[in-house]
Amino acid sequence: MFDNVWLIPLFPLIGFLINGLFGKKIKNEAVIGGIGTLMIFLSFLVSCGILMQMIGLPPEQRVFEKVVFPWIHSGHFKADMAFLIDPLSCIMIMVVTGVGTLIHLYSIGYMHGEEGFYRFFAYLNLFCMSMLLLVLGSNMLVMFIGWEGVGLCSYLLIGYYFHKKSAGDAAKKAFVMNRVGDFGFLIGLFTLYWWFGSNHNIWTVNFMEIKAASHLLPYGGVVTVATLCFFVGATGKSAQIPLFTWLPDAMEGPTPVSALIHAATMVTAGVYMIARMSFVFVKSPETMMVIAVIGAATAIFAATIGTAQNDIKRVLAYSTVSQLGFMFLAMGVGAFSAGIFHLMTHAFFKACLFLGSGSVIHSMHHALHKIHSHDDAQDMRNMGGLRSAMPITFVTFLVSTIAIAGIPGFSGFFSKDEILWQAFANPYHGDLNIVLWGTGAIAACFTAFYMFRLVFMTFFGESRINPKAKSYLHESPLVITIPLMVLGALAVVGGYIGMPKILGMLPNYFEHWLDPVFALATEYSHKYVSHAAHPSHALEWSLMGLSVVIALVGIGIAFTMYVKNTALPGKFVATFPALHRAVYNKWYVDELYDYLFVNPCKALGQFLWKGFDVVIIDGVVNGVANVVMGFSGIFRYLQSGYLYNYALSMALGVVVMLGYFIFK
Amino acid sequence: MSNVLSLTTFLPILGVLLLLFIPKDSKGVLRNVALAVTVVTFVVSLLILTGFQTNAEFQFVENVPWIAAGPFIMRYNIGIDGISLWLVILTTFIMPIAVLSTYTAVEEKVKEYMICLLLLETGMLGAFISLDLFLFYIFWEVMLIPMYFMIGIWGGKNKIYAAVKFFIYTMVGSLLMLVALVFLYFKGMQAGIQDFSLLSFFTLKLDLATQIWLFLAFAFAFAIKVPMFPLHTWLPDAHTEAPTAGSVILAAVLLKMGTYGYVRFAIPLFPEAAHQFAPLIATLAVIGILYAALVAMVQEDVKKLVAYSSVAHLGFVMLGVFAFNVEGISGGMLQMINHGISTGALFLIVGFIYERRHTRLITDFGGLSKQMPIFATIFMIVTFSSVGLPGTNGFVGEFLILLGAFESQLRWWTIIATSGVILSAVYMLWVFQRVMFGELDNPKNQKLLDLNAREIAIMVPLLVMIFFMGLYPKPFIDKMDPAIKKLVAQVRVASVNAQMVPPAAAQMQMPEGHPAVMPQMPAGHPGGAMPAAHPATEAAPAPHAAPAVNPHAAK
Repeated sequence: MFDNVWLIPLFPLIGFLINGLFGKKIKNEAVIGGIGTLMIFLSFLVSCGILMQMIGLPPEQRVFEKVVFPWIHSGHFKADMAFLIDPLSCIMIMVVTGVGTLIHLYSIGYMHGEEGFYRFFAYLNLFCMSMLLLVLGSNMLVMFIGWEGVGLCSYLLIGYYFHKKSAGDAAKKAFVMNRVGDFGFLIGLFTLYWWFGSNHNIWTVNFMEIKAASHLLPYGGVVTVATLCFFVGATGKSAQIPLFTWLPDAMEGPTPVSALIHAATMVTAGVYMIARMSFVFVKSPETMMVIAVIGAATAIFAATIGTAQNDIKRVLAYSTVSQLGFMFLAMGVGAFSAGIFHLMTHAFFKACLFLGSGSVIHSMHHALHKIHSHDDAQDMRNMGGLRSAMPITFVTFLVSTIAIAGIPGFSGFFSKDEILWQAFANPYHGDLNIVLWGTGAIAACFTAFYMFRLVFMTFFGESRINPKAKSYLHESPLVITIPLMVLGALAVVGGYIGMPKILGMLPNYFEHWLDPVFALATEYSHKYVSHAAHPSHALEWSLMGLSVVIALVGIGIAFTMYVKNTALPGKFVATFPALHRAVYNKWYVDELYDYLFVNPCKALGQFLWKGFDVVIIDGVVNGVANVVMGFSGIFRYLQSGYLYNYALSMALGVVVMLGYFIFK
Repeated sequence: MSNVLSLTTFLPILGVLLLLFIPKDSKGVLRNVALAVTVVTFVVSLLILTGFQTNAEFQFVENVPWIAAGPFIMRYNIGIDGISLWLVILTTFIMPIAVLSTYTAVEEKVKEYMICLLLLETGMLGAFISLDLFLFYIFWEVMLIPMYFMIGIWGGKNKIYAAVKFFIYTMVGSLLMLVALVFLYFKGMQAGIQDFSLLSFFTLKLDLATQIWLFLAFAFAFAIKVPMFPLHTWLPDAHTEAPTAGSVILAAVLLKMGTYGYVRFAIPLFPEAAHQFAPLIATLAVIGILYAALVAMVQEDVKKLVAYSSVAHLGFVMLGVFAFNVEGISGGMLQMINHGISTGALFLIVGFIYERRHTRLITDFGGLSKQMPIFATIFMIVTFSSVGLPGTNGFVGEFLILLGAFESQLRWWTIIATSGVILSAVYMLWVFQRVMFGELDNPKNQKLLDLNAREIAIMVPLLVMIFFMGLYPKPFIDKMDPAIKKLVAQVRVASVNAQMVPPAAAQMQMPEGHPAVMPQMPAGHPGGAMPAAHPATEAAPAPHAAPAVNPHAAK
C-alpha cells in the first residue's frame, strides 16, 4: 500500500482534469459531482489502506519515503517529487480525504443549479490535490507546491462569484497575504539550506535528512532566524496575527469552501508545517515563545471580534482564527500532539458548523427568494427559531457548538483542555505560562459565549424572518444532512482517541501514535528547559474543572443576553458605543493596513512612475540628447589625444572597411 | 548534419527571398509562407536539440574564414553549448507563434512586415550562435533594424518617438561595445590571438584595470538591452507602441540578448571585473525588481504593465547570474526561457483584447470572464506562471535564482529581492481582477467574442510549456548544466587567480596548427602581413574550435 501513496493526490488531479476540461460539456450535475466526490473518496480509501498498514507496523518502522520522479536538480540543490508517510502525514491525509469526501458530497446538494457547477468541482478537486501534496511532501519544495497550490485554489474559490467586486477583492487579498507568508517561508528555507550546506556540507531540503542532521543545529541564533521566517509563512496561511484579516473576507466564497478550505484543512497548514519541523522549532526558545504568544493573542483577539458580528459565516470565520490560535499556542508550548489533536477535532466540529450554517443559509436563501425579498440570508438578525424547521441541522449544529465550547464528553473538550493544561504546565516559558493559560482560558470563555450567541440567535427565540417567507423554510435534502450527521457524530466521539491520561478511562492513543514523530523534539527540549517540579494531579483536576466552569459562564451570559433578556445587547451597545463600534469594525485592522501599507505603496508607485521614470530618467536622456546635438557641431572640430577618440575612429574604420569588403 | 546551425539560422533569409516573389496583395499567401518558413525553421532546430550531447563543449561548430580586412580577421565561427541551446530553441519556438498572431492584427504592408519578422529571426539566432565576437556584433546590429522598423511603421500612436528612443538607446550601447571589441582585439593581438574568436579570448589574461574598462563597456551595452534600472525607460515605450508580434519577440527573445551577453561574454571574458561589479549590478537588479513592480502596479495601460513586469523579471535573471554559482546561473537561464514564454503569452493576451476593443486601458474592461471563459482560463494560467506559482515554469527559475543568490555573497540582496514575489502577485492579480472579474458593465464589452481556434492554437503550445517546464524541468536543467558548471569554474578560478599570466604561457595554449604571430605585434601593424598568414588558417580551421578550458579550471 505504501508504494501506492502517489495515488492519493493523483485521483483528485484526475477529477480536476475531467471536470475542468470536459465539465462544461458534461453538464449533468450528478455526473460532475459524482466524479468529483468519487475521486476524493478513492483517495480516502487508499489513505485508509495506508493507515491500516501503518497500524500493523511497530512504531519505529512507521516512516516511508516514496520518490515519484526527480524534479529540480541543480548544483548542490536536489528536490524530488517525493512523498513521506509517517504517523503525522497519515492523520492529515485521513482528515483531508475524509472531511473532503463529506464536503464534496454536501456540495452536490448545496451548489445545485449554480452557474459554473463544473468549475466548482474542478477547483475543489484541485484543492484536495494541492492539500495532499502539502501534507505528503517529503521535502520543503513539494510542501511548497502544495502550500502555494492551496493558496491558488483558495483564490479561485473565494473568487467563485467573480462578478461580485467584494469576492474579487477578497480573493486577491487572500492570495497576497498568503504571499507575504510565502516570502517568509522561502527565506526560512534558504536560511536553513544555506546554513547546513555551508557549515556541514549537507545540502538538503528533505525533512528526514534535516531531521537526521538536526543535532548539528545550534540552540537559538540561526535557528531562530529560520524558524521565525517559517512562522511568518505559517501566520499567512493559518490567518494568525498579523496576517489574519484575509480569512473573514474569504467567506465570500461558497460555504462548502469555507468549511473545507477555511476551516478544516488549508488554514491548518501552518500548524502542520510547524509540527513537521518540530525538531527545528524546539531548538529556538525565542521562536517557541513568539509562537505561543502570537497563538494566545490571536485566540483572544479574534474571539472578541466574533462576539459582535451578525453575519453567521463571519462569526464562524473569527472563531476559526481563534481556534487556530489555540493550535499555535499548543505548538508554542511544545504540546505538538495536542495541537494536532485539536486540529483534527476542530476539523470535525468546525466543518460541521460551517456546513450547518450553509444548510441554514441555503434554506433562508430559498425562502427569501420565494417572496422576492432582498434581505440578507446570512444575517442572524433575520433568523431565529429555526430549530423547528430544520431539526437535523439544529441538532448537529448544537452538538458541534457544545464541542467547540469545551463541555466534557465532547471532542473539543479533550483537545482544548489538553492545550490549556500544557500552556500552564509546560516547562518552556517559566512565568509566562500563567499568562498564556489565562489568555487561553478567557478566549475559551469568549468562544462559548459567541458560539452560543450564534446558536440562540439562529435557532432559538422568535422567528425574525419576513413572516411571508417563514412557511418556505425547510430542512435541507439528505445529500446535505448526511455529511452533517457524520461530522456531528465525529464531533462527539472523535475526542475519545486522545483522552487525557488523567481521566484514566482510555489510554491516549493519539499521543502514542504521534510519539515517533515528536520524540526528537521532546528530547531536544529537555536540554534547555528547566526541570521544574511537575505540577500535581490535583492541580490538573482543578484547572480542568475551572475551564468547564469558564465555558458554562460563557454559555450562561449568552443565554441571559440572547434568550432570557433580549434587550440586554442593545443596552450594552448603548452604554459602550465606542467599544462596540471598535469590535464591530474588527478593531480597524483593515483600515490600519490600508493606511500603513496599501496606500503608501500605491503612492510610491505613482511617484516612481510619473516622477522618477518620466521626469528624471527620461529627462536626463532627452537632455543629454539635446546637449549632444547642440555641442556636437563644436566638438567636431576639436581633436583630442584621448584613447577613446582613437578607438572610436578605429570603430568607424572597421565599419568603412567592412562596407568596402561587402559591397566591392 | 554538420551545418544544421547555419541552416536554422539562414532558413528565414531563404524565406525572405521567397516572399520577395509573392505579390504584395496576396496577404494570405504571404502570411502562410512566413508561417511555413518559421515552422520549418523550428522543426529543423529540433535536430539541434536531438543531436545535442550533454557536455560542456561547443557543438555543431562551423568555423571558416570570412573577412580579412587589414589587421582584422573575422571568421564565420558558430556553435552552441548548453547555455545558448535553449535560447536558440526558444527563438525558433516563439517565431511561428508570433507570425500566427499577426494574421488579423496587421493588414497593411504585410509583405514588409513578414520580411522584417524573418530578418529578425535570423538576426536573433545568429547572435545566439556566434562564437566570433565580431560576428556576434554584426548579428546584434542586424536585429536592431527590423525591430526599429516594426515599431516605427506598424506601431501605435507614438511610434516614431518610441522607435527613435529604442534605436538611440540601443545604438549607444552598441557603439560602446564596438569600441570595447576593437580594443579587446588589439589586446588579443598582443597576446598572439589573431581573430575575434571568443574561445581564444577566454584564454586571454587581462590586468584588472583593462578588464574593468572593457567590462563596463560591454555591461553598459547589455544593461540597456536587458534592460536594467535606470536604463529601462525605452522599454515601456517600445512595448506599448510595438505591434503585438513585435512586443512578443522583444520580450521573449531580444531582451535575452542582454542577459545572454553577460553570461556568454561580459562575465567569462572579464571575470575579475565581473566580481568587482557584482554588488553594484545586484543592487541595480534588486532596485529594478522592486521599482518596476511598484510602477507596474499603478499602470493604467495593460501593455505598459506587462512591460514593467518584464523589467522586474529580468532583474531576477541578473541577480541569479551574478550569484556566480550553478544554482543561480541555471535559475537565471531558466528564467530567461520562462520569461520568454510567460511574458510572450501575456503580450499575446493583451493583443487579443486590443484587437477586439482597440483599447488597452484597464478601466475600459471588467467582468470579461463572463463573456470570454476560455480567454479567462488562459489568462489566469499565464498570470500565475508570471507570478511564479509552483507547478508552473515561473517558479523553478525564480526559486533557483533566489536560492543560488542566497548562497552567494548576495544574501541581503536576495532577501530584498524575494519580497518582489509579493509585489508581483499584487500587480498581476490586481490587473487580472480589474479586467476579468466584476460586473460586465461596459456596454462595449457585452458582445466580445471568445478566442477563436487560431488564437487558441497560438496559446496552447505556450501553456504546454508552462506546465512542462514547471513540473519536469529536468531535461532543460540537465542539458545546460555542464556548460554552466564550466562557466562557474571559469569565473571562480579567475577570482582566486587575479595575477596575470605571462604572455609566453598564453602563447603555449595556442593550438599547434595556429600560425605563429608574435605576441608583441604592434597594434597598428601594416595590413599587408595579415592576408599572407591567412591561407594557413584557411587550410586548418578545425583547431580554432579547441575548447577554451582555462588551464586553472582543472582544479
